[in-house]
Amino acid sequence: MDAVRDSTSAHLAGYESFARQLGNQPEHVVNLRKSGLDRFCDLGFPTTRQEAWRKTNVRRIAQGTFDRTTGVEGVDRARVEPFAVPGCTELVLVGGRRAEALERSAATLPEGAVVSSLAEAIESHPEVIEAHLGRYAPIDEHPFAALNQAWLEDGAFVYIPRGVVVEAPIHVMLIGHQPGEAPSVCYPRNLIVAEENSQVTVIETYAGHTGQHYFTCPVTEIAAAQNAIVDHYKLQEESTDAFHMAMQKSHQARSSYVFSHSLSHGGALVRNDIRAMLAGEGIECTLNGLYLGRGTQHVDHHMFVDHAFPNCHSYELYKGVLEEHARAVFNGTIHVHQDAQKTDAKQSNRNLLLSKNAMVSSNPQLIIFADDVRCTHGSTTGHLEDEAIFYLRSRGISEEAAKSLLTYAFAAEVLQEIRLDAIRTGFEEFLFTRLPKGDVVRQAV
Amino acid sequence: MLKIENLHVEVEDKAILKGIDLEVKPGEVHAIMGPNGSGKSTLAQVLAGREDYEITKGSVAFGGEDLLDMAPEERAREGLFLAFQYPVEIPGVSNTYFLKAALNAVRKHRGEDEIDAVDFLKLAREKMKLVEMDEKLLGRPVNDGFSGGEKKRNEIFHMAVLDPKVAVLDETDSGLDIDALRIVSDGVNAMRNENRSFVVITHYQRLLDYIVPDVVHVLLDGRIVQTGGKELATELEEKGYSWLENDVAAAATA
Repeated sequence: MDAVRDSTSAHLAGYESFARQLGNQPEHVVNLRKSGLDRFCDLGFPTTRQEAWRKTNVRRIAQGTFDRTTGVEGVDRARVEPFAVPGCTELVLVGGRRAEALERSAATLPEGAVVSSLAEAIESHPEVIEAHLGRYAPIDEHPFAALNQAWLEDGAFVYIPRGVVVEAPIHVMLIGHQPGEAPSVCYPRNLIVAEENSQVTVIETYAGHTGQHYFTCPVTEIAAAQNAIVDHYKLQEESTDAFHMAMQKSHQARSSYVFSHSLSHGGALVRNDIRAMLAGEGIECTLNGLYLGRGTQHVDHHMFVDHAFPNCHSYELYKGVLEEHARAVFNGTIHVHQDAQKTDAKQSNRNLLLSKNAMVSSNPQLIIFADDVRCTHGSTTGHLEDEAIFYLRSRGISEEAAKSLLTYAFAAEVLQEIRLDAIRTGFEEFLFTRLPKGDVVRQAV
Repeated sequence: MLKIENLHVEVEDKAILKGIDLEVKPGEVHAIMGPNGSGKSTLAQVLAGREDYEITKGSVAFGGEDLLDMAPEERAREGLFLAFQYPVEIPGVSNTYFLKAALNAVRKHRGEDEIDAVDFLKLAREKMKLVEMDEKLLGRPVNDGFSGGEKKRNEIFHMAVLDPKVAVLDETDSGLDIDALRIVSDGVNAMRNENRSFVVITHYQRLLDYIVPDVVHVLLDGRIVQTGGKELATELEEKGYSWLENDVAAAATA
């Protein structure tokens, strides 16, 4: 128990002066931090004895010491540029802090739309903050979300007023940064609010460079009001020496559409909790994802889709490609409330293992209380098919190229669903460079 | 062109081919007929380089080289083609681009320049006509959602593009209606010339009405038990395989 308390308190070092310094913020924000702190102290770090964390051991984080990053010194545009997506309005945060000087925006926002840091928004848009911040992300059962909330200070803020359509995607780039010798930590808190009849595309990129040791612990809340359309992309390209424990929660009102895509290939230890609350009729919710792991990477996705009202549709397609000693966990729950008749929910998790030592634990679940619904789920894990490899080789394609081609084809099913060309082609290009015979694949697809 | 000598093949310690001898000269068409389970498809797969089979004895020479020593892709690049009995569906890989990559691997091996996209498309359109294949199938993933007939035509289309020296057709007639059978056979016949050889594997004589062979072999229980001209196929059609099976049984007990 002492070890647990020690690890908990180590992650709260300097907390008192931090909280005091922000003590004059709006009561709502101060209370959020307090509830986060209380909850984290109650929960402590999860252990593998807890069902939701059985396959993901966070000891390396719990027992680590991390310096909270406070500045963006030592980071220039060259560090950010490799992760840029053309044609976007940019918001750059380094170690969780806005670095406006590093932003290069290719578009201007329509009137009323706001893209800023959360710290700025707490001052400039207190009523939006009060109405939405902390209203959705569940911290009660999630220690890392609670920890994030305890340290709530800054992050990304996107606000699209009623009826406004933002054409150019908004790209929030969160650059992991280790300024000193010790590993660093940051707790980005992001809020995306799309009011009635608005439309927006938001990309969140988490990125860092190899050799940088840090821990990113973000929470993103997405509120989509009636008829709002939100396309959300999360690109997880952290340093392979980094830890990433993220919570994403979307809350949808009647007839809204949230299209979420998670593309994950960085990080040493990664967990994405992705939750969607369908809180109105006629909602469309798509949660797609692709995760790639190699070396000793560990990547965990925990999905929860909550159907609370009738006539809603949710689609989930998550695919994983694991090689070497990589480990993946997929846990997907669809919860259909008693009133949610005519629910149409589909969940699929498919994994491709490219080595004998790679491993996947996949656990799809349906919890259904309504009687007139259509819900399906499925999970498969397998290797490349010998038949297909042989077929391609019999036409003159080398064995390695055949494997690359089939691996690409496996992943491409997820990429095809991506509506934003720049993201899709960007990731295809990434795969061409990652696959052993990517040059042949580039020619052949 | 292709010389098989005393070929013995096992799968999981079970003997499938028990000493095959077969020589195919340039320009010849050989038919291999036999009932299900006689080892026809095993022979086709072994020639193409499938690794699930254990070759316990014998040799196969291809253009004077040791075929069995080559990887499947090397065999293809050297000019061996297998038209699969069950062409594999590969979602996500485009039929056109994959074939272009395959052709370029073959061309590179022959010391030729890679073909560019425009010339390839011209070539592909021309070869598709051979088997009256719908151009829409070019843009689709390999065999994905193709009908049985479309898959077989696609095999012959691949063959036409890759321009092999020896083509092994493994039950290309199975699942084809009479119109499709005629179209596929016309495609094969158009490719017959004095340099290219074919090994046509089939259960039924019907295909051989259209692709008329020079030599017919009957494979029974892993051995070639009879070799003759095209009239042998007709005789088999009339009398059935049991006629030969009885002979073989009689020979075994004698």
